Amino acid sequence: MSATPPVAGRRWRRPPLFIQSRLWRWVIYSGVLVYLVLAVGSLEVDWQRVYAGLERAQRFIGGFLVPDFVTRSDQIWRGMVESLTMTVCATVVGIAISVPIGIGAARNIAPWPVRVVCRAIIAVSRAFQEIVIAILFVAMFGFGPFAGFVTLSFTTIGFLSKLLADDIEEIDESQAEATRATGAGWWQIVNYGVQPQVMPRLIGLSLYRLDINFRESAVIGIVGAGGIGATLNTAMERYDYDTAGAILLLIILLVMAAEYGSSHIRKWIQ
Amino acid sequence: MPVTQTPSGPVWTRRTTTEQWASWAGWLAVAVLFVISWQVMNTNTIWSFVDDAPRQAGDLLSRSWPPRWSYVGNLWLPLWDTLNMATLGTLIGTILAVPTAFFAARNTTPSVAILRPVALFVIVASRSINSLIWALLLVAILGPGILAGIIAIALRSIGFIGKLLYEAIEEIDESQVEAIRATGAGGWQVLDYGIVPQVLPAFAGITVFRWDINIRESTILGLVGAGGIGLQLQSSLNVLAWSQVTVIFALILVTVIVSEWVSGKVRTAII
Repeated sequence: MSATPPVAGRRWRRPPLFIQSRLWRWVIYSGVLVYLVLAVGSLEVDWQRVYAGLERAQRFIGGFLVPDFVTRSDQIWRGMVESLTMTVCATVVGIAISVPIGIGAARNIAPWPVRVVCRAIIAVSRAFQEIVIAILFVAMFGFGPFAGFVTLSFTTIGFLSKLLADDIEEIDESQAEATRATGAGWWQIVNYGVQPQVMPRLIGLSLYRLDINFRESAVIGIVGAGGIGATLNTAMERYDYDTAGAILLLIILLVMAAEYGSSHIRKWIQ
Repeated sequence: MPVTQTPSGPVWTRRTTTEQWASWAGWLAVAVLFVISWQVMNTNTIWSFVDDAPRQAGDLLSRSWPPRWSYVGNLWLPLWDTLNMATLGTLIGTILAVPTAFFAARNTTPSVAILRPVALFVIVASRSINSLIWALLLVAILGPGILAGIIAIALRSIGFIGKLLYEAIEEIDESQVEAIRATGAGGWQVLDYGIVPQVLPAFAGITVFRWDINIRESTILGLVGAGGIGLQLQSSLNVLAWSQVTVIFALILVTVIVSEWVSGKVRTAII
């Protein structure tokens, strides 16, 4: 806003927020409007079914407010144990595999043929969501937590290797250079010049991934990969909303605990 | 980095003895935890199925190739539903997330004692439950269909948009707010001229980012009955029509890549 003197007949107008050209603004806004009309128009909602569902919604909210931890406690317990063990195993194995791949995908320390292969592995692992990969692994390994473990390990690779590789590419080169100047070989450069620089962030990312893996372990059970998601799915199929409410509360609590725990440890490390 | 003096000269090691022990103890703890988890996890694993996996994978591959490309004709309408689910869900989620974020931000909340904790709880609860689980619940309540998907996406988006937006609000430059207030502006005017313009670019970026994630998530909501392309995926899986599944996966991949590209473009244009 320039300091224009208040001239009669001229008022300050607020500049438009996003699109400066008036024509384009109108075109885009009306396009959005047309889309919204079409999209809402193509919705098919069976209001009778929705109305009938309200009674269920009531029961569900009741189940959430007065959750039933006891009746199916053995199944809830087993689902939780499966989820937690799946998370731990998948995170450990996933990290163990993604560290070499991450190193191989970093531009500054890996030769290009290795880098292309590693970047391709990362791209494949990141392309699909956990649940799609879980469907394939359940078909291959059969139902149960082992398929979930493989799924989570696989998706951990895409996440962790990519971030690790990006991190290695951003290190302070002078430290690696200094190590190289002492006559260090490739392994020694990685060990003394690169690793100390990326280690705090690697630990932070691993904890973050542990947290994500637990969340995902609650979901992939829906397609048969074991864990608390399978228990939740069973409870919903039985219309056992009290147990479902209990499971949801447990998931929320554990996710919150994992998030606070991992963010505290991350702060403490960095 | 410690240096110990020995008769034959100084010896450099990377860590002190205590650090060395702590590091070993840490690794040992992780290893023990892993071994225990592995044993517990695999109590019911049938290893013959696992050994059989490579053969199963080969079998799967031979069934899913070549893809039945003619099936793609059945997928355009579900794809349209999927896009609508993501977009309308993002829209509703945004509308609900904005007031939540303003209630949750320390500098704009009307009451620190009551509304702020409530808003924060809403954000945490929405964030910790995946949209697929939201969809599972809503399909039971509202019946199968795209409406359940829209609401599931919206409920999940509240937490994401709310959290990032309230952090952006808390990080604004207070001096601009002060300047607007000094002109004698009321509460709403301060919000409109002092706070909103500062968070608007962040808000637009967050929303587009979430829309992109929502496209990704809405492709699979149909697995629990919430409509869209996932419903076709579910029915193809149920009849083991893997050559159709390949087509669906390919279409999902293309959709996700396109939406990622669009959201990237829009975000760089805004910010």
